[in-house]
Amino acid sequence: MGIEHPAPPPPSGPVPWDKSFALKLLADMLRIRRLEEKSAELYGASKIRGFLHLYIGEEAVAVGALHALKPADNIVATYREHGHALVRGVDMGAIMAEMYGKQEGCARGRGGSMHLFDAATRLFGGNAIVGGGLPLAVGLGLATQMLEEERITACFFGDGAVAEGAFHESLNLAALWKLPVLFCCENNLFGMGTAFERAEAQTDLRLKAAGYNLPALSCDGMDIVSVHETTREAIAQLKNGPVFVEYRTYRFRAHSMFDAELYRDKAEVEAWKARGPIHTFTARLKRQGKLTEEEFLALDAAANAEVDAAVAFAEAGSWEPVEYLLKDVHTP
Amino acid sequence: MTRKLSYREAMREALHEALTNDPRVFLMGEDVGRYGGTYAFSKGFLDEFGPTRIRDTPLSELGFVGAGIGAALGGLRPIVEVMTVNFSLLALDQIVNTAALYRHMSGGQFSVPLVIRMATGASRQLAAQHSHSLEGWYAHIPGIKVLAPATIEDARGMLAPALADPDPVVIFEHGGLFNMEGELPDDFAVDISSARVRRAGKDVVIITHGGSLPKALAAAETLAADGIAAEVLDLRVLRPLDTAALVASVARCRRAVVVDEGWRSGSLAAEVMARIMENAFFELDAPVARVCSEEVPIPYAKHLEDAALPQPEKIVAAVKGLFA
Repeated sequence: MGIEHPAPPPPSGPVPWDKSFALKLLADMLRIRRLEEKSAELYGASKIRGFLHLYIGEEAVAVGALHALKPADNIVATYREHGHALVRGVDMGAIMAEMYGKQEGCARGRGGSMHLFDAATRLFGGNAIVGGGLPLAVGLGLATQMLEEERITACFFGDGAVAEGAFHESLNLAALWKLPVLFCCENNLFGMGTAFERAEAQTDLRLKAAGYNLPALSCDGMDIVSVHETTREAIAQLKNGPVFVEYRTYRFRAHSMFDAELYRDKAEVEAWKARGPIHTFTARLKRQGKLTEEEFLALDAAANAEVDAAVAFAEAGSWEPVEYLLKDVHTP
Repeated sequence: MTRKLSYREAMREALHEALTNDPRVFLMGEDVGRYGGTYAFSKGFLDEFGPTRIRDTPLSELGFVGAGIGAALGGLRPIVEVMTVNFSLLALDQIVNTAALYRHMSGGQFSVPLVIRMATGASRQLAAQHSHSLEGWYAHIPGIKVLAPATIEDARGMLAPALADPDPVVIFEHGGLFNMEGELPDDFAVDISSARVRRAGKDVVIITHGGSLPKALAAAETLAADGIAAEVLDLRVLRPLDTAALVASVARCRRAVVVDEGWRSGSLAAEVMARIMENAFFELDAPVARVCSEEVPIPYAKHLEDAALPQPEKIVAAVKGLFA
C-alpha cells in the first residue's frame, strides 16, 4: 500500500505563550492521552463496551480549540469526544463512569462513550450520526442571535461529515442568517476506513466553505500552537457570521475497537506518529526553556493519577435500577 | 356561543395566538413568510411579527428541522413547518436520531421543546410523492408525541398544549381538512393526551384519526339509516395512544373497525388492533376489522386515487361484515 498521506515536517517553531498557559495545554493533552490509553485497556478488559473511538493523535485539536472558547459558549461534538468533554471541564470520573454505563456517568449511563453530555459546561453531546450535530449547532446559533446572548457555538465534526447533506445545508443556513457558529472540521484524513481523497472530489475544504460564503481557515491540527492561534483568529472573525476552520490531523489508533486497519500502511501511521502533538510540543517547550523533564514527568504523573482516580470512581459507581428503565423518554 | 370557522382559519388563529403570547415562539419553514404559508396558515404574519420570527427557509428540511432542535435547546420555542410529510423524510434523521433521543441520551439533561407541523395525506390528486400518510411511522418512535387534529376545535386548540410540552411534538394536519368548516365553541378545552368520542353509538365503534374522521362520520350516518348505531372514536393523539379509551369504546360497542389512511402492512391500524386484542379481546362479539389504504402508491387519476383510499362505502361494508 505504501504511504499515501505523507506526513509534513513536524511543527518546530517557537511557542508564543507564557509558561503557565503552555503547560496548562500540555497537561490537557496528556490528560486526554492517558484517559484514552486507559479506555482502550478497559475495553480489552470488557469494562467498557459498545463502540469506543479514541482521540489519540488528535489531542491538539480539542485542547487548542477549546482553550480559545469561553464558559458561556456552546459545544457540539461527535462520537470521538472524550477529549472535548474533558477539556471543557467535565469530570474525568463522570466520563469514565459513563463509559462503564454507571449512573454516576455524565449521561447517567444512558449514553456511553459516544454520548457524553453536560448541561453545566454547555456540552450538547456526543452525536453519533455523522453530520448530525451541524444542524443542531445552527439552531443553537439561531437561539443565541434571537435571544441576543453573548456566546458562540463551536461545532466539531470530522472530514467524513463533509460528504453529508447536513454539512452543506448547515453551512448555508448559518451563513445566510449570519449565525455565530464556529464550524470546526477535524480532518483526520479518514472517514472510518475511506481516505478523504477517495470520498471528496474537492479536497480543499476551504473552497467548500467559501462556496457558502464563509471565511475559511486551515491549520496544522498536530500543532497546538497553530490550532489555538487559528481558532482565536477564527473567533475574531465571527462577528459577522459563521467561520469554518479545518484542523488537519491524524488518528493514530483504529477508527473504533472493531477496526483491523486494512486501509492504511503501518509505515504511514508511524510517520505521522513522529509528528505527534504531545512530544513535538514538549520538545519545543524544552528548547525554549519553558519546560524541564521533571515538570513534564510531574504533569504526566498527575494525568495518570487523575485517570486512576477516575477508574476508581467508575468502579465504585452503581447501576441504575432497572425499575427506572423508562425514565427520561419524556420530561416529567 | 359558537362561531363558524374553517380548519385553515383555526390553525391560523392558533399560530397567531402562540406568536402573540410568547416571545420565544417563532415560525420557521419553507414559504411561511412572504408567500404567506403554503396553505395560507401564516398569511400576514410576516408584516405583523417580522422576519426574525416568521422565518423563511431554503429547501433544506434536514437543516432547518435540525436548527429547530438546536433553537429549542438554546431556549426558544420553535414551530417548524415542514410543507408535507413527504418532504419530512429528508428531515427524518434529525427528528428520529436527535429530537426524539436527546432527553434520554443525555441522561435527562437536555429536553427539546419543539413543535413540528406538517401536512399529511392524500385526496387532492397530488400523486404518489405528495400523498403519503406516514404518521404511523412517527408514532413508532419513543421520545416524540404525535398529534392528528381532525376537528376545528383541535386545529384551534392543540397547538398551545403542544408548545407547552417540554418535549418534541409532531402535528399532522390532513390536507383534505383545510377547507372544512365547523362551529367552534367560545369556550373549549382540548388536551394532547386523550382520544375522543365524536359520535356516540352502541353497536360498533369506528376508530380513526385525521383525514379519515369525516369519512367515518359519514359512514356512521349511513349506518344509522340501516339501524346500526356506530360510535366514532377519534384517536387525536397517535403517540401515546389512549388505550383506555379504546377499551371503553370496545367494551361498550363490542365490535370495532379501524380506519387508517396509512397502508395496511405495519400500519397504525395494526397497532390499534393489537391493543384491542391485548386489552379487550373478551369484550368482542366479532373479529376486529380495518379499512386502510390499498397497498399501492397513490395514483394520480381520480377514480384510482379514490379506490386506493379509505372511503365511507368501504367503512360501511366493513361494519356490515361484522354483522353478517
